[in-house]
Amino acid sequence: MTDLAEIAAGVVERAQPGEALEAYVAFGSETEVRAYQGEVESLTSATTSGVGVRVLLETPDGARVGFASAGSLDEGVVEKVLADARDNAQFGSPDPAVVLAVPDGVVPAELVLEDPSLGAVPTDRKIALAIELERAARAADPRVRQIDEASYGDAVVESALASTTGIRSRARRSISWLALAAIADGTGRDQTGYGSLASRGVDGLDVEQVANDAVVRATRLLGSSKPASTRCAVVFDPRVTATLLAVISTALSGESVTKGRSFFADRVGEPVAAPIVTLVDDPTDPRHLAASQVDGEGLACRRTVLIEKGTLSGFVWDTVSARRAGTASTGSAVRPGYAGTPAAGCRALALSPGDLEFDGVLRAVGEGVYVQSVTGVHSGVNPISGDLSVGAEGLRVTGGVLGEPLREMTIGTTLQRLLLDVSVVGADVEWLPGVAAGQTLAISDAAISGS
Amino acid sequence: MTTTTLVDRDAVDRVLHEALARGGEFAELFCEDKTSSFASMDQQRVEEIGSSHERGAGIRVVVGETTGFAHTADLTERGLLDAARTASSIAKAGQPTTSPTAVGDLATHDVRATVIPDEVPKSRRVELLKAADDAARAAGSSVTQVMVGVGDSRRRILVANSDGTFASDDLVRSRLNVMCVASGDTGMQIGFEPIAKTAGFEVFDAEDVPAVATKAARQALTKLQARPAPTGELPVVLAGGSGGVLFHEACGHGLEADAILKEASVYAGRVGELVASPLVTLVDDGTMDLEWGALAIDDEGRPAARNVLIENGVLTEYMWDWLQARKDGRRSSGNGRRESYQCLPLVRMTNTFLLAGTEDPDEIVAQTPYGIYVAKLSGGQVNTATGDFTFGTSEAYLIENGKLTAPLRDCQLIGNGPEVLSRVDAIGTDFAMMPGTCGKDGQSVPVGCGQATMRVTGMTVGGTAA
Repeated sequence: MTDLAEIAAGVVERAQPGEALEAYVAFGSETEVRAYQGEVESLTSATTSGVGVRVLLETPDGARVGFASAGSLDEGVVEKVLADARDNAQFGSPDPAVVLAVPDGVVPAELVLEDPSLGAVPTDRKIALAIELERAARAADPRVRQIDEASYGDAVVESALASTTGIRSRARRSISWLALAAIADGTGRDQTGYGSLASRGVDGLDVEQVANDAVVRATRLLGSSKPASTRCAVVFDPRVTATLLAVISTALSGESVTKGRSFFADRVGEPVAAPIVTLVDDPTDPRHLAASQVDGEGLACRRTVLIEKGTLSGFVWDTVSARRAGTASTGSAVRPGYAGTPAAGCRALALSPGDLEFDGVLRAVGEGVYVQSVTGVHSGVNPISGDLSVGAEGLRVTGGVLGEPLREMTIGTTLQRLLLDVSVVGADVEWLPGVAAGQTLAISDAAISGS
Repeated sequence: MTTTTLVDRDAVDRVLHEALARGGEFAELFCEDKTSSFASMDQQRVEEIGSSHERGAGIRVVVGETTGFAHTADLTERGLLDAARTASSIAKAGQPTTSPTAVGDLATHDVRATVIPDEVPKSRRVELLKAADDAARAAGSSVTQVMVGVGDSRRRILVANSDGTFASDDLVRSRLNVMCVASGDTGMQIGFEPIAKTAGFEVFDAEDVPAVATKAARQALTKLQARPAPTGELPVVLAGGSGGVLFHEACGHGLEADAILKEASVYAGRVGELVASPLVTLVDDGTMDLEWGALAIDDEGRPAARNVLIENGVLTEYMWDWLQARKDGRRSSGNGRRESYQCLPLVRMTNTFLLAGTEDPDEIVAQTPYGIYVAKLSGGQVNTATGDFTFGTSEAYLIENGKLTAPLRDCQLIGNGPEVLSRVDAIGTDFAMMPGTCGKDGQSVPVGCGQATMRVTGMTVGGTAA
């Protein structure tokens, strides 16, 4: 295969006078195995590749930008993508803020984000992991009635970026994971539990851990009931915290701020969270599975403090949003693959951990509700208004320990309130594949709606 | 270009032979060529204008209970043969080899759109963006942000399998979304309205684009005065068109045969039983012309069909794709869909709707002493194994003494599928459909949902007010 960086540079060489070009080229290979009843249910093996090109046409009032992409790296296709992007650019509005990133002298961190042994793992070993995962879950507890999903997956993704403004960057990382959905028999009302673990290679995966995690989550909800509506303290499971942080991160994007879509706008320097909350986006920390040396525009990724001891200290910026705000990029452009354009966003969020592990958090809270999982996040948590209302299941916290299981309830507050109401940040950091790490998080008050 | 040029018939036969050369009982070749374009206006600027082209094939080989799958962006015969070999590598030595049935004549389905988006000048897209933006901004001075997107796709598929299926479709979809932010003393609120049809740009002549934009703006403006929604179990009236997603979540996903055969659905083993109020007749219909989930054939080559799932409250049938139907010794119901050639097909809904009832929609509200009225829903989510589901409101009002009173802030409603279905006590005459995107196993597909104004006697409302 032709070198990705060469393909990207080859596009950029075709720039015509009066235009700026950026080419992003990506290649990925993936395997996914699903096991069911001791057999391989499905085995997927594939590679994908593609190119995305941005063309900026200079005008006296600023640049017009056009974009095109295709899922192929064939020479003819790449040529057509460039022509389409050029054509699209004719119809963009001239905008003085629209420029390509320019190298800013920040040297990318040296990070190892790939397990080089992953490529040599035979397919049989991957199959064995999926089958073993299903077996372990079925064996873990007699109440496990069914395994809805037991899967192993991995991917290696590589990308290169070049621009007429002098950007030349490349990135490569690997990930492998196990995922399991267990159903426990409630004789009348079943319960489900989900477990997963991700790492850069298969050596970081632990079948028993994932199986037990899913099975405990399913079985401990057996016999759950709908609580009476009330207001109380809430303890979020690390994965729920990660989900909520991902939504909050939208409001910390420079793009949301400059477009008047963030409730954090104009609040830098003000208290926006409890003093124990320090939130940092740090893609240079290799423990984050989404860590990266470079951002979606080819600038070095860097550490950005967003909330420090409860005070809003800043936002993440890409080149265009930073220019609109009169500041500099924080190397925080995020690209949804070759078929999308870069925009400012967080990549690797984590709260500064507190001192208490999960059990300690429960003891500190005393009475309340522990939320194991939430539903309806995409429709129920709004990063513009801040309104938060999600479906939830979990267990009551009583006397500082987990009590009766609860189902079919909702948790209601606002993101603004939630940050101010944080009472404990757990020490139990879980490195997850998304935008944020997971940690147990307690808030002093939320509305629980039930019967 | 037509789909027949994606891969010719002789090459199809050779690829299917190769796919079964190492054993296996079934092989399938799915080819796709999809072009799409999008443009968006934000802060009154045409900020993004782009296009994309994806082209490739997915090949699956089924041996016993095991499926091997490979995909490639290389549609040359060599590329397809390579993918066929990869997919067939799961076949165990010693398994009997089935010879594929030679495919017959291609069953083609020509494009049904009249104004093909590719032939529409890009300046027309810019005009549509401006028209929507102007209308939304004119709705009120508190409208502070307007984002408008217009997009379209043309997806040509060709499906061939070792049972002799050889069919193609050519589908055009067009959409326009308006999102508005209104700002006031209580912070920001958003309004959102889509137009989305399985059709070409003729939809933007048929639909009143400025009126849709105005509706989105009014939604945001109304919510500036909204108060927190109540908590606890209350009667819920869903406006016509808005509540289809309730059935999509409350029972649609639970009626998909993959969940049924894995006994991961509360509806497993219940055909013939009363699972809903006798007022409920639920249909999934891929043949509904123009609707967002419409198709001529599914992504396994089966003709789209109208399937009655629940009739007068009695569960009549599940939805099936090829694989699940094979396990049960029956035919697919035309519900095998995939996001792209890079995905295995799954059992999916198309256009799912509740048949209209006989009551006057205004009367349904008038006869509700206290509850909430949902004018617009956002999305939903379900756990099929427990039946618990949620969906979010994006425009809702309190009902007091049979009248709509205060607008409410967005909230989730939560319920259990079978329980909520049994609590439907009134259905109106004002049937309407609405478009949506359905996610399952990481794959998104366009779907339609529909229903007339209806009432559920009790659902838990996830507000914050006592």
